[in-house]
Amino acid sequence: MTWVNSIVHGIFLGGVYALLAAGLSLMFGVMRIINLAHGSLALVGAYAAYVFVEHTGLSAYAAIPPVVLGMFVVGYLLQRTMLERSLRAGVLVPLLTTFGLLVIIGNLLERIFSPDPKSLNPGVLGTTTWQITGTLSISPFEVLELGVAVLVLGVLQLYLTRTRMGRELRATSEDPDTAELVGIDSRAVYARAAAIAVGTAALAGIFFGMRSSFDPSSGPTELIYAFEAVVIGGLGSLWGTLVGGIVLGVAQTIGAQIDPQYFDLAGHLVFLVVLLVRAAIESGAIGSTRGVTA
Amino acid sequence: MSSATGTGSVPVRRARVQRWNPLSLGFCCALVGLVVALAFVPVVMSENAMQKLTTLYILVIMAAMWNALAGYGGLVSVGQQAFIGIAAYGAIFLGHQHTVEPFLAMLLAALIAGVIAIPVGLIVLNLRGGAFAIGTWVIAEIFAILVAFDSKLGAGTGISFLELNFFTPRHLLEYTYWSALGSTAVLLLILFILLRTRLGASLQAIRDDEGAAASVGTRVMLGKGILFVLAGLGCGAAGALTLANQLFIQPDSIFSVNYSALMIFMVLVGGIGTFEGPIIGAIVLFVIQNEVGDHWWYYTLLGSVAIAFALFLPRGLWGTVVDRYNVRLLPVGYRLRLLGGPALAKSEEPEPAAD
Amino acid sequence: MLLEVQALEARHGLLQAVRDVSLKVAEGETLALVGANGAGKTTLLRTIAGGHRAAAGRVLFDGTDVTRSSAHKRVRMGIALVPEGRHLFPRLTVDENLRVAGGNGRKGPWSLDAVYAAFPNLEPLRRHRAGTLSGGEQQATAIGRALMTNPRLLLVDEASLGLSPVAVDGVYRSLQTVIESGATIILVEQDLRRAMKVATRISCMLEGRIVLEGTPSELTREAVVDAYFGLREAGTSQATA
Repeated sequence: MTWVNSIVHGIFLGGVYALLAAGLSLMFGVMRIINLAHGSLALVGAYAAYVFVEHTGLSAYAAIPPVVLGMFVVGYLLQRTMLERSLRAGVLVPLLTTFGLLVIIGNLLERIFSPDPKSLNPGVLGTTTWQITGTLSISPFEVLELGVAVLVLGVLQLYLTRTRMGRELRATSEDPDTAELVGIDSRAVYARAAAIAVGTAALAGIFFGMRSSFDPSSGPTELIYAFEAVVIGGLGSLWGTLVGGIVLGVAQTIGAQIDPQYFDLAGHLVFLVVLLVRAAIESGAIGSTRGVTA
Repeated sequence: MSSATGTGSVPVRRARVQRWNPLSLGFCCALVGLVVALAFVPVVMSENAMQKLTTLYILVIMAAMWNALAGYGGLVSVGQQAFIGIAAYGAIFLGHQHTVEPFLAMLLAALIAGVIAIPVGLIVLNLRGGAFAIGTWVIAEIFAILVAFDSKLGAGTGISFLELNFFTPRHLLEYTYWSALGSTAVLLLILFILLRTRLGASLQAIRDDEGAAASVGTRVMLGKGILFVLAGLGCGAAGALTLANQLFIQPDSIFSVNYSALMIFMVLVGGIGTFEGPIIGAIVLFVIQNEVGDHWWYYTLLGSVAIAFALFLPRGLWGTVVDRYNVRLLPVGYRLRLLGGPALAKSEEPEPAAD
Repeated sequence: MLLEVQALEARHGLLQAVRDVSLKVAEGETLALVGANGAGKTTLLRTIAGGHRAAAGRVLFDGTDVTRSSAHKRVRMGIALVPEGRHLFPRLTVDENLRVAGGNGRKGPWSLDAVYAAFPNLEPLRRHRAGTLSGGEQQATAIGRALMTNPRLLLVDEASLGLSPVAVDGVYRSLQTVIESGATIILVEQDLRRAMKVATRISCMLEGRIVLEGTPSELTREAVVDAYFGLREAGTSQATA
């Protein structure tokens, strides 16, 4: 039964979407910013891993620690320089500046790496197949993908609920004014959130790059996937993002099952339906509430 | 009114609401004269000039429409390319497959784009802020995908509007030029009138404080909806004209988010929320495009300049001039003239990001 | 002088909320700030705490000019605000609300245990989300949260707003404990009777200015009421018929 196959593979794909979307959801929940350059930053992670692999000859997995750490720093700096100023300037400005960033990143990547698709090698994990039943086969790489996504989300969850910094983040996301008044340095909170967002995005970007090829125009595509996962799962909720990612992944693979060309479209349609249903149920437009729930 | 005394209140003077002043009246007359003069360009100037000006007019339309959404409606759209593409392909559909006269097909296609903006608007106007932005982008992607499925529309490789070749090259250029000039003038006029009506004032209220506006009876969704449909219509016109200008289109480029990048650049640089700003931004982009459009770093330049303006010069070039010199050329707002004193401009265009 | 405010001005957009306000608060004092709604009391408190930007003037805390310091820095120096309307973090539990305020490294008598000891009614509510609490419980939590920062100066804005008289009694009992522990307090209060009972000094604000100051023994209730409603010039303390 190839439908089961599709659903299972869709779930695995959903894991990466969830990982990609987590950062977007986090930044929105805390700062009410939708970082339009989110997908592009994930893509930078993939290209950085590519460069690492080219220069060191090590596997793509070895690239993960340095690239993700580097992108944590990038996210932190991005917040302290551009995004912080954008936040202060008003509601529209972060959209405009992050869109500008998206355009710049795409242009620079195209110049440095050319428009030709690249990919990262998942190694033996990607080529091995495990035959589960007669018609269902999966690869250890996919299991790793989903496992890493769930692990990272779980760690984030613990961070939010059990650590001081996590508490500060949740408080700041609910009421930044009052957070400052009880001694929380909201700028530091935002910077940490941005670091986490960009770092996890880069991690997701690397997994994307191992799963399929990428090129400079992939940034917007990844942004849209992340956004759709977030909306389907509910803005600001981490576990909701996991659900959203999985629903999106399954929708896409089932769509592709019908016709390979329907992959993206199936995801878009599910997104629209969920959007309209939510709009009909919830009062207040989507994108207007703030707060991070674990 | 008598003045109230108390703990340091300001004495109140009599005032009169003023919409037109000599400067704006003169400017508007000059504008009409300019449009008439421009209509004679094909007679006196070269074909190259015509083509370039046509491109400029298309940019002006796109900038004005994006500004209508963002500057007056507070709606940052990153998906207006949807309507550019819809109209372009619509023109081909009507003119190529159904043998409608090409320029009529283009007009109808633009109108169709405006009509399609109604259901699209009903969907995306449920979103706010960044969600709205990406939502419009998803819509654009959907249309691009749907078009690419249709082999009769050239699928992914693209299609030419061959019927345009029935005109002589010279005539095609001329008709395209006049269509572009006419569309620009009409769309700007519609926008101008809209802003001068009650809708204009209510849009400003919505932009400043939606909740407060709704509480005094402003029909928020209606205002935004009208803007969205107008922008759909306008971007549709831009799309149809682009088709006429370049004859060949393909989904990847006509539905490209690059158009949004251009629109954002023009409006940020020119002056968001002002009427004159987008026009100035279009001129700036036009010049830059001509000079460095072929260099690889063109979009990096546009993105960087846009970011710089958003952060450091948020009122744009024209907005800064307005603030500094208290000039207003087109009377889309109200000025409060204190009798017996200098005119105080009621700020009609606060920062686009009023919290 | 623990706190000194000099010629402070604060605005909300074009509206002048605080006009040329100067005051001094010595360590250990309890200053009651009274006045009608819109008199500027909340804005004044928020400006002192750093939640609102001063348009002009200075705020000096223990000799240091903090006018341009961010709110969280002022908390670290020892200023804490219990905001009007409580402003608890609704989805955080009572425990988390308290703990999130306790991380600024200030030493003092207040810890999680000490706060629960002072507000025993909160102990069973530790794991409840702050948004589900009653008004009185929220007020207690809000005060406790501010105390967790071990402040030298505690600013309390409208602690009795929206509470039942019984709940207000509870709040004032805890405030008494805080006062007795030696803290300096500025208290915004609509209830004149309570204010005059607990304060060592009283200031009355009207339309952004301080129009009357004095100790409870110096001022009659009538004088304060008159100043409250703007019926007297600042400085005099005698009521007229």
